[in-house]
Amino acid sequence: MTGIVFDIKRFAIHDGPGIRTSIFFKGCPLSCWWCHNPESKKSDVENLTSKFKGRYFIGWNTTAQELLKEVEKDSAFYKQSNGGITFTGGEPLMQAAFLSESAQLFKSQGFHLCLDTSGYAAPEIFKELSEYFDLFLFDLKLIDDQEHQKYTGVSNKNILKNLEYLVEKNKNIQIRFPLIPNINDQTAQLEKVSHYLSGLHRIKNIDLLPYHKIATGKYEQLKLANKMEKTKEADEEKIENVKLFFEKKGFQVKIGG
Amino acid sequence: MLTERIKKLRTLSLSTKPSISSERAELLTTFYQSSAHHNLPTPLLRAKAFQFLMENKTIYIGDGELIVGERGPAPHQTPTYPEVCIHSIADLELLDQREKVSFSVSNQVKKLYADTIIPFWKGKSQRDKIFTQLPQEWINAYEAGVFTEFLEQRAPGHTVLGDVIYRQGFKDLRKKIKESIRTLHFSNDEHAEAKKNELEAMLISLDAVSNFAKRHVERLKVLFQNETDSKRKNELTEMIRISQNVPENKPKTLWEALQYYWYVHQGVITELNPWDSFNPGRLDQHLFPFYRNDILSQQKSKAEIIELLQAFWIKFNNHPSPPKMGVTAKESNTYTDFALINLGGLKVDGSDAVNEMTYLLLDVIEEMRILQPSSMVQLSKKNPDKFIRRALDIVKTGFGQPSIFNADAIIQELLNQGKTLTDARNGGASGCVETGAFGTEAYILTGYFNLAKILEITLYNGHDPLNNKFIGIESGRIENFQSFEDFLKAFEKQLNHFISIKIDGNNLIDKIYASELPAPFLSVFIDDCIANGKDYNAGGARYNTSYIQGVGLGSLTDSLSALKFHVFEKQNISLARFVEILAQNFSGHKDFRQQLIEETPKYGNDDDFADSIAKEVFELYHKSVDGKPTAKGGVFRINLLPTTSHVYFGSKIGALPDGRKAGKPLSEGISPVQGADRLGPTAVLKSASKIDHLRTGGTLLNQKFAPQIMANETGQEQVKNLIRTYFSLNGHHIQFNVVNAETLRKAQIEPGNYRDLIVRVAGYSDYFTELTEELQEEIIKRTEHQNH
Repeated sequence: MTGIVFDIKRFAIHDGPGIRTSIFFKGCPLSCWWCHNPESKKSDVENLTSKFKGRYFIGWNTTAQELLKEVEKDSAFYKQSNGGITFTGGEPLMQAAFLSESAQLFKSQGFHLCLDTSGYAAPEIFKELSEYFDLFLFDLKLIDDQEHQKYTGVSNKNILKNLEYLVEKNKNIQIRFPLIPNINDQTAQLEKVSHYLSGLHRIKNIDLLPYHKIATGKYEQLKLANKMEKTKEADEEKIENVKLFFEKKGFQVKIGG
Repeated sequence: MLTERIKKLRTLSLSTKPSISSERAELLTTFYQSSAHHNLPTPLLRAKAFQFLMENKTIYIGDGELIVGERGPAPHQTPTYPEVCIHSIADLELLDQREKVSFSVSNQVKKLYADTIIPFWKGKSQRDKIFTQLPQEWINAYEAGVFTEFLEQRAPGHTVLGDVIYRQGFKDLRKKIKESIRTLHFSNDEHAEAKKNELEAMLISLDAVSNFAKRHVERLKVLFQNETDSKRKNELTEMIRISQNVPENKPKTLWEALQYYWYVHQGVITELNPWDSFNPGRLDQHLFPFYRNDILSQQKSKAEIIELLQAFWIKFNNHPSPPKMGVTAKESNTYTDFALINLGGLKVDGSDAVNEMTYLLLDVIEEMRILQPSSMVQLSKKNPDKFIRRALDIVKTGFGQPSIFNADAIIQELLNQGKTLTDARNGGASGCVETGAFGTEAYILTGYFNLAKILEITLYNGHDPLNNKFIGIESGRIENFQSFEDFLKAFEKQLNHFISIKIDGNNLIDKIYASELPAPFLSVFIDDCIANGKDYNAGGARYNTSYIQGVGLGSLTDSLSALKFHVFEKQNISLARFVEILAQNFSGHKDFRQQLIEETPKYGNDDDFADSIAKEVFELYHKSVDGKPTAKGGVFRINLLPTTSHVYFGSKIGALPDGRKAGKPLSEGISPVQGADRLGPTAVLKSASKIDHLRTGGTLLNQKFAPQIMANETGQEQVKNLIRTYFSLNGHHIQFNVVNAETLRKAQIEPGNYRDLIVRVAGYSDYFTELTEELQEEIIKRTEHQNH
């Protein structure tokens, strides 16, 4: 079986514990306004031309065996740092069969596996896949389904269901909350997130990921509409306040992944 | 917090412009002009000359100084060594005027040189003798930039003191020398007479430094008389007492230990101008017992100890490297004189050596933030993480210190060279990255070797294309190479040819130094020169190693990779056509050059196609040098480091098959070609660990990081893990260049040269040059913000 990835990054140190290799799966069913990796959205290999780079491709077809060869190269580093491999994207769950095959193969080699996900998948599929991962970096964007649909293009029903399943199964979860100006950073929104997470009991940590304009250039290169063009990055004070807000609610908060 | 005194001394040391002092040259000439010594055997002549210098050189004691003794008449006044090499008037003018690493030279000095120094020493200096005696094939290779010669302007050095001075005073050493004389067998040892001369020279040289200490006592007494401040008066009283005790007797306090070392240091660097000045080596190990004693007996507070250590640090910084000219200046273009303080590592019993003094010295390094002495940490798997974390705290401040070494690898390297386990565990690294057994080994760096130039000469069948001169051997015409293996065989032939020229040259130079320029004072302190009755420069040390330092491994590997890939495997181009394009420096072949840069396997990416070539080249170089005997009864070995020679060597080579244009710098140490590594630090470390570091005497690996990556605990922790992993793969050394905004600006202007620069973006890290321009701007702004 083949799948499509668009990047493999070694020495990834902010996508789970230790030194990791992050594999970026191509394709995402969501269309978040603030997406940092717009090149990951389409599910197939893209052939582009730019003045600077000439003709170039985004993504390539690969197999689990080929990926294994790549990730094995840094085994010594994972071992020293208690690191491993992180599947990210895009949304890895979108290539469920390929993800399943890769994760099982890596698991059989003893690697620590991490899934960086929006949680968007059919619950049956999600349940089956969740068996292979040691840690879930779970993105929680908005609690209100209407708003979720507005800003990401999909309903969050299954997302929340899947998160609740992980909680029920006692899985290791790291919540990642992208802090997006005027979309989910108002007190009312924060209250909802806090209320929801408190109700899950086992969730104690939140990673705050403040919005950055780092992808502006990518939108231009890809000729995609950027809905956040006019949005400014939050200042440090605002971010600190949000951190404090969650801390008062009893969460441990880290800024950045 | 630095005390007012240290601030003042530090500022003085940092702000004084280096100048040339003619004092030593003048005294030495006066001594040699006198007919009284003409018939003395060489070691005695040298010892007497040394004695004359130590008796007559200016005594300098600066305001508020705690450790006394200067090489020149005052800080940064730098002596010259005409018996090693003479500076011409043109040299002196160049030293005075050159933009980098300049020394001011007064008209008085120039006049003295013109009238006295040059006329007397012409033809008598080591450099003159060496260049007269070396064969033409050596001269050709030297001029073509195939290798450099370390001993043309400086004496053999690269040695580090062990623990002898902390156990024995000069009194004890004299006893040892006299005992060695007493046991000489004149009837059945044909060298007995020579040994006696050498040992007697050692005695004279000890007297010379004893006398130097006494002269300081006298001067301190005068200062005491004139001093009105009672606190300083007390200090001067203590300093007088110290210089009356050491170096004659073994030291009892930390202050005495430092002062004793410093007298020995002055002796070694006044006797001659050995490479890498001189070095106390494992300072935390040596000082710890004194520190503990001082604290327990309440003689000194921790703050007072720190101030003494800082005062000691400043003394090193007062001594710029002696002035270098020509090729020597190009290969080592710096004021730094490479005293390298070693911290941590293992004790002789194999246990973790990190102690309280280790951390205290790391504090000193961080707070002093000066160029000299250099510092490094020896990291063993037995050392705690706390130790490396503390070192990284300093590394991330971005001044390049301390560098980080693998203590376990160093020990293995020394064992592989035949040292005992005890001597190996007492070892470390000095200079840049050179492995040595401290206190027992003479390990001489003999010169850099231009590996990439050998490739060029192979492509031209023995000719140097830069001046169209035949300087090598005929190893085959490019039209006739049928396979990559054929070509590599030709490369090996040229390599062996030039290595053998270099080795023959080294052996000739060794003999000249052994017979004409012994260093009896240095010899006292390196075992077993006393027991052997033999000088350091003649093979008296327990271990004698001569290194040839390979340069350009990355450039050579990538160039061979390009030939293998494009010529022999893909057959995109014939070798002859390729060489034509190189001769045109890629002019009109932009696309082909781009293909070489972008579409060729490169060393540094954990790609076995390229890395196996690096390994193969390493093996050829190792085989060519390792184990060959030296003239002093030692052995030749390799190490891989460049100082600044990769720039000089690059200037002597035309375009290379890896896409490098003519005259540009080569890769440095075992680092990948600048910008060729695209997959991050783990890939670089994997590539670099595919060569066998344990069969070298040191390798140098540079890594560049932006400050952001180390700014938080996660980043720093993972850098620690990078190091630990690299060392578990037997890597010898790694240093981190934590770059600032200015560098990032340059990276924007010349992205090609900064491809390997990694920055922290937002929640992830990336190559700086791969980022969009606005993101680059954002990061630069952040960096500048951090500097406020």
